[in-house]
Parts: sequence; C-alpha cells; structure tokens
Amino acid sequence: MISFTLNGQLRQVDAEPDKPLLWTLREDLNVVGPKFGCGVAVCGACTVHVDGTPVRSCSMATGDVAGKSVVTIEGLSQGQLHAVQRAWIENQVPQCGYCQPGFIMAAAALLKANPKPTDRDIDDALSNICRCGTYGAIRRAVHRAAAILGGAS
Amino acid sequence: MKFTRRKAIIGGIVGGGLLGVGFWFARERDRLGSRKLLNIKPGEVGVNGWVKITRDNAVIVAVPRAEMGQGVQTALAMLVAEELNARWDQVRVEDPPEDAVYRNVDILIDGLPFSPEEAGTMVDMAHWMAGKLGGVLGVLATGGSTSVRDAWLPMRTAGAVARDLLLRAASRKAATPVTDLVAVDGEIRRRDGTRVATFGDLVDSVEDLAIRPPPALKQPSEFKLIGRPLPRVDVPAKVTGTAVFGVDVRLPGMLYAAVRNAPTFGGSAIAFKLRQAALPKGIEKVVIVPGGIAAVGASWWRAEKFLDEGIDIQWQAGPEPALDSPTLWKRYEQLLETGAPALTRTLGSAKAPTGGQVLEATYRAPYLAHAPMEPMNCTALARKTAAGAPGIDIWMPNQSPTLMRLAAAKTADVAQAEVVVHTTFLGGGFGRRAEVDLVRQAVTCALAVPDRPVQVLWSREEDIRHDMYRPMALARWRANIDIAGPVPQLAGVAKRQVAQSPTDQFPARTVGLPAQGQPEGNAVENPPYAFPSYRLEAIVADGSVPVGFWRSVGHSHTAFFDESFVDEIAVALKKDPLAFRRELLAGKPRHLKVLETAAREAGWGMPLPAGSGRGIALRASFGSIVAQVAEVAVADGKTLQVKRVICAVDCGPVVNPAIVKAQMESGIVYGLSAALYGEITLAGGAVEQGNFPDYDAVRLADAPEMAVHLVDSGATFIGGVGEPGTPPIAPAVANAVFAATGKRLRTLPLRLA
Repeated sequence: MISFTLNGQLRQVDAEPDKPLLWTLREDLNVVGPKFGCGVAVCGACTVHVDGTPVRSCSMATGDVAGKSVVTIEGLSQGQLHAVQRAWIENQVPQCGYCQPGFIMAAAALLKANPKPTDRDIDDALSNICRCGTYGAIRRAVHRAAAILGGAS
Repeated sequence: MKFTRRKAIIGGIVGGGLLGVGFWFARERDRLGSRKLLNIKPGEVGVNGWVKITRDNAVIVAVPRAEMGQGVQTALAMLVAEELNARWDQVRVEDPPEDAVYRNVDILIDGLPFSPEEAGTMVDMAHWMAGKLGGVLGVLATGGSTSVRDAWLPMRTAGAVARDLLLRAASRKAATPVTDLVAVDGEIRRRDGTRVATFGDLVDSVEDLAIRPPPALKQPSEFKLIGRPLPRVDVPAKVTGTAVFGVDVRLPGMLYAAVRNAPTFGGSAIAFKLRQAALPKGIEKVVIVPGGIAAVGASWWRAEKFLDEGIDIQWQAGPEPALDSPTLWKRYEQLLETGAPALTRTLGSAKAPTGGQVLEATYRAPYLAHAPMEPMNCTALARKTAAGAPGIDIWMPNQSPTLMRLAAAKTADVAQAEVVVHTTFLGGGFGRRAEVDLVRQAVTCALAVPDRPVQVLWSREEDIRHDMYRPMALARWRANIDIAGPVPQLAGVAKRQVAQSPTDQFPARTVGLPAQGQPEGNAVENPPYAFPSYRLEAIVADGSVPVGFWRSVGHSHTAFFDESFVDEIAVALKKDPLAFRRELLAGKPRHLKVLETAAREAGWGMPLPAGSGRGIALRASFGSIVAQVAEVAVADGKTLQVKRVICAVDCGPVVNPAIVKAQMESGIVYGLSAALYGEITLAGGAVEQGNFPDYDAVRLADAPEMAVHLVDSGATFIGGVGEPGTPPIAPAVANAVFAATGKRLRTLPLRLA
C-alpha cells in the first residue's frame, strides 16, 4: 500500500512501487485528467504537481510520491476556477484539448514561482508539446493569468 | 479515361456490396431526419433529426462530426442556432446515433482527382455520381475540411424548421396568430416585444405538430450569430480535465491491452512463447491480432512491460523486409526518369516550349507520421444483444463511425446493425483517425474476452512506427525561359512528380477495393498561375509502405514543390517573388487579394536585419485560398529561426472568425513541425523513428509569432479551414531562407547544414 495526498484527500493505493504515477492515477484511482502522450517525460501531457513542483507523471514512480501531495487538473480549482483556467477560457486556448491539462498544470506552477514571467520564461518553463499549435493562445493566456493573479479583473 | 475510372470506382464499391445501403436525398429537407432519431430523455422533445429542446430551455444540437480540435461542434451548432434564433448560451451539443441523414457528401466529392477549377460535363458527372454515392452509402465521416460546407444548408434548414414549429406551438398555446409572433433570443415574442413563451415552455406543445416545408433561410445580412467569434462549446470541459477522450473511457470490468505490431509493413505475428511457465499476475490473455499481438490484462503499463520482457514473438515478415530509405529514393529517381505517368495534364499552349534557357530543379519530401497527441486507441466490447445475437460496442476517437462499424462487423462477423460506435473527443486526428486498424485489433481482443470491454492503446513508439504516412514524394520542375528578346520571358513550365497514392491505398485497406493506380487528387491540383503553358506528369509509385491522409494530404508536399519553384523562376527572371506572382495572377482577383493582403500585413519590401529574410507562398486548397509570409533569421549560416508568420485566408463565408484564425495558426504550426523536423526514414523494412525525441514537433520556444487576416472577397462558396493553413508554410519558410542566405533548400525537412 502506498499512501499520498491526492487533490487534498489522503489516498491509499495497492500499486507496485515502480508503476509510474500516471498509470496509478489513470488505472487505479480513476483520475484521467493527466494524459499519456509519450511515456518518456518529453511531451508534458501528464504533468501534475508533486509538493507544488510540476513533474512528468509518466516518469515518476508511484513509490516516490509516498507521503507527498499530488495535485492534478481535477484538483487545481478550489471552489472556483484557477486563474490559469479562467485565462484559458477567455483566450479560447484549447483545440483538441488533449495536451491542455499538462499545459495548464505547468503554467500554474510557473506563475506560482514567477508571478510576472517574460515570454522567454514561458518558453523555458512550458516545454510541452501541442500538435494543434495553440502556442500563440497559450502565451497570451499565461500573461492574462499573471494579470488575474496580480489583481486584474 | 477519367470517366471510365469513375465508373470503375463506383462499380467497385457498389459491386463489393460491403457497405450498408441507405437512400438518396434529392433535397436538403430530406436530410431533416425524424424527430425520433435522437435519443430523447425525459424533459426533452425532438424537433427534427438535428434539434432537441429541453424543458429547462436548452437547445441541443446533434453534431455528427468528430471534434478533433477544429471547432466543428461550435461551428455546426451555430448554423442551427442562427436560423432558430436561439441564444448562444442556451445551446449544447450531442453526438447523434449513426444515420444516413448525417452523411458527409462533400468529403466524397473532394476525393475525386480533379483540379477544382476543371469544369465540364465529365467533372459534373463525377460530382453527381459521388453525391449519389454519398446518399446511397451514407458515409459518416469527418475530414477533407468539408464539415461546414456539407452542413451549411441542411443544418440551417433544420434550425429554420424548428423555429417554424416553435412559432406554431406558441401560436396555439397563446391563441395568437402565428403571423403576430417572432422568435428572438430563445423566446417566442409578440411583435410588440412581450414574451409568449421561452423555447423550453413549448416542450409539451410541439410533438403533435406536423413538420412543414422549411421556411426561407436568412440572408447573410440577417445573421446574428454566424460571423461572430462566439466561444467554443468544448472549451470548459477541456480546461477542467473533464473532457472524455478515447483513452479516458472507463467501463465496469474493463481490461487494458498493449500491442506490438509486426516490425515490417504488412507483417504479422504467427506464434509466441512465454518466457515463464505461466502468464504473470495481471495478464489475462495474449491475443494475436491483425498486424500484431496484444497482451490483455488489468493494467496497460503491466501489459507493456510483459510484451517487453515476458514473451518471445515469432513474426511473419512483410513483402519488403529489407527496405531502406536510400533504396527507395533510388527507385523514385528511376521512376522520375522513366516511369509511365498515370496522369498527364496540359494547360495553356498545347505545344510544349523547347529551347531557350532551361531552369530545372528537383524537390524531395519525406514520409511523415501524424503523431496526434492522444496515442491510438479503441475500446471494444463483444456482447450479446437482448435478442441473443452477438453484437459489438466500440468507444473510439475516430473520423468515420461508418467505416469503424463496417470494420468491426467484418472482424466479428456480425451484422452491421449489431455494432454501436460511440465517438469520443479526439485528441487530434489529422487524418490518422479515419483508419480502421485499431478497431480491428480491439474487436479481436474483445472477442477473446467476451462480455468484458477491452481498451487497446498503442505506445507512442507503436504510433510513430505503424502509421499510414504522408507519402514521400519526388518532383522535378522545369521552366523554359525565352531569352531571344531584350527581356527574358517565361515560355512554359512542366513537372514530373512521383508519389504513392493514399486514395488508392485507403479504400483497399479499409473496405477491400482494388487499387485504381491513380494519383491522390490534392497532390495533382494545378497551381493557380497563368503560365504560358503547363504540363503535369504524375507517376504513381507502388510499394508496401502504408500511406494515408495527412493534414492537407498531397497539398502538403506539392505546395512545397510548386511554390519553391515559382520563386526560383522569379529569381531567374530577376523579378521580385511577390511581383512575379501578381503578374501570373492577373486574372484571379480572389487569389490576388489574398496574396496582397499577406504581403502588405507582413511589410513586404521593408528592410530587415542582416541574416533575415521574408518568403511568400500561396496555395488554394479545399475551397480556400491561403497566402503566408514567413520571416526567418539565420544565425551562423546554420541555425534557422522562424520569427513571424503572417497569414491571409479567403475561405468564403465565415461562420466563426475566431475558429478560422485558430485553425490557420494550427495548420501553420503543424506544417512548420514537418518543415523543420518531420522525417520518417526506413531501415531493414522498419521505421527508424519512435517518439518525440527523434520525431520532434515545434514547441513554444520555436513557435513563431503569428497573425491571421481574413479576406472577404464576397465569394459564396464555403471553403474549408482545417487543412488549408498547412500547405504554404514550408515553401514560405524555404523561400525566406533563400532571401536570407541565397541558399535554396529543395529537400524537406529544411536543413541548412
């Protein structure tokens, strides 16, 4: 049994310690917001927060999150939508939408660490892949989310 | 010749008797469908085959097209909402059951290998027959940038008929003449503006009213929703993580399956041996499936590991187990020299020019994988129907439920009527999800574990190595330049082009039709330019590498060949590439306006820093005209960065301008990934690449700044937007590299060193 906090709730799961967190979430805990895209920690579709840090959950062993706090796209909004999600809706970012949970989690973590990122900061922090090419909208939305978090309405 | 070919195709399909027979719809109102067609839940009433109204005042629109990011749910719902006079925030969408009224006729018409400007009895006949075929077969499909064009009249008609019905229901309820009532913002009001009823209030009053012939549709000047950048209906679910893609389907008792496909194309698994005495914990079954082998169990991750470590598989090699890319290029070069063209076309002066100065250039484009973000998957359940007959359920992100149903029925040997296809959101499609390989594998697995759903999922490596690729292609352009006079003049152009044909292969592998040996239509569309003479010879290569429909299909390589060479001619004539194109487009005002818009917005001719350059390209595809100007910077003669892309598009009437712009940006980025990085190569009969580290895509850091300008030429033909943004980007960048460095890159992907 491995215990960790998932979206604010303590969970216990009977998974092999070497099973990637992504598959424990998707297969054992029915949390399917984090997506499988490459399996080699490159595309970022599986991004979740572990103790506040963005990680590629396809390449982190479930055993390594024991005792830690995991937040997925399902747990990002607390009562109301997170500023990043609001900015994503305002800017109509998603197309197919498959990579977006990963981008949103990466953007939320970036803004927590760096409330006023430059374009360069955004490029460096969001190395995820979107095959629909929503990058222009993503840049606009990250700046908008920064403004919302900074108190803009 | 062409006419004979049409007959052969149609004879082949109908003669094959493979598809269910529907009926032919002569008029748009015949596509209204029955109000009983939709799944009616308590509190809802069906108005026709496309619209339901709910008691809580929602308008539910049936959208029978796959949402793969192109915004089709939003655009098609807008067509209904417009004529119904619904409020946008009361509109929801639903996937209807499969029925012939939802067929996509335009996708078949677009599949014919004519250049769109060709006219005449023969082309008309071919279009008529494709339309007839669409009606007969009821093909439900999404692709070819056809959805809005196909739905434009039927879905608006459905909205208008629904409005008429609601008005009459309100008339009866309020005992007011219908001529005194109007539908506004989701309500029926008297002409003085007082409300009679919301749409939802009329749920119990419309059921017994007869459907009448549809009222006249609105004139474009009367549109209130069409033409506005309304928010997409699918966005909220996609930012909260609640949108259900194929991989997110979760069913009681569901098993997962991982697959290894035969390493060489056309190969298969013939036997396997476990490395231990028994199957390991969590693996329930090993199943030989079409083209490969599957491990079925409680965890996909565990099944993957088992295929890597727990089993030895004996493969039957495909027909070309030693094939490699250099050999294949040599074969194509031979065909380019001596191959017999399957299609020859001449325009302008009948006599090909000879002599003068000859300009020749050879261009290459590689195989490309689609690599949608959602890896390939399909969930299948083999179950008994209530009557005890065997049946199949499919949950799948797919571009053609009709084909999936057919493939499932054939694989399971059950009646098509006993197959139900549930289409989820698609995590990207790009043409890959019109293929039936996954459904065959999933149904084969499902039959091995009856009454338990099985979710078959491919790893990214299986996806990259077992795609139906954008064909590799080779072309040689030649221009004859008359240098007898004081100013050199272009006398004529000719091109020979070699590629496999996806339109040959696709019907063969999906429904078993014989190949026709003809080039794919988009690959042989004519450039729009008024060349003094033009000759095309298209040679169809055969071969075992599977090729399919990759976003914009043959335009994706032909635009690179054509627009690069037009630039080369301009340089040879010492003309500005923009000015030269303008001369050749003098008789094409729509093309000209698009070209000039892109050039103006990009500041064509304005100075740029050293090492930078602008390139322009134009391509008409899928009924739309797109021009792009790329601005590049080259550092140290080897590092290429695309800084800006300015895009102009004339797609005819625009339903949702925000979606059109997003689709142009999307097409640019998809095409740019291919232009900069995309290359699938073969060695030992197998694909050498396997995942994003060696089949890379553009990321934020290398995504250019983009601006899209919509050009309104007053055209009434509805062009597509899902694909036309892709073809111009590769030649625009290659032409910009030439402007920046003087180096002409004639091979994709574009590499400076």
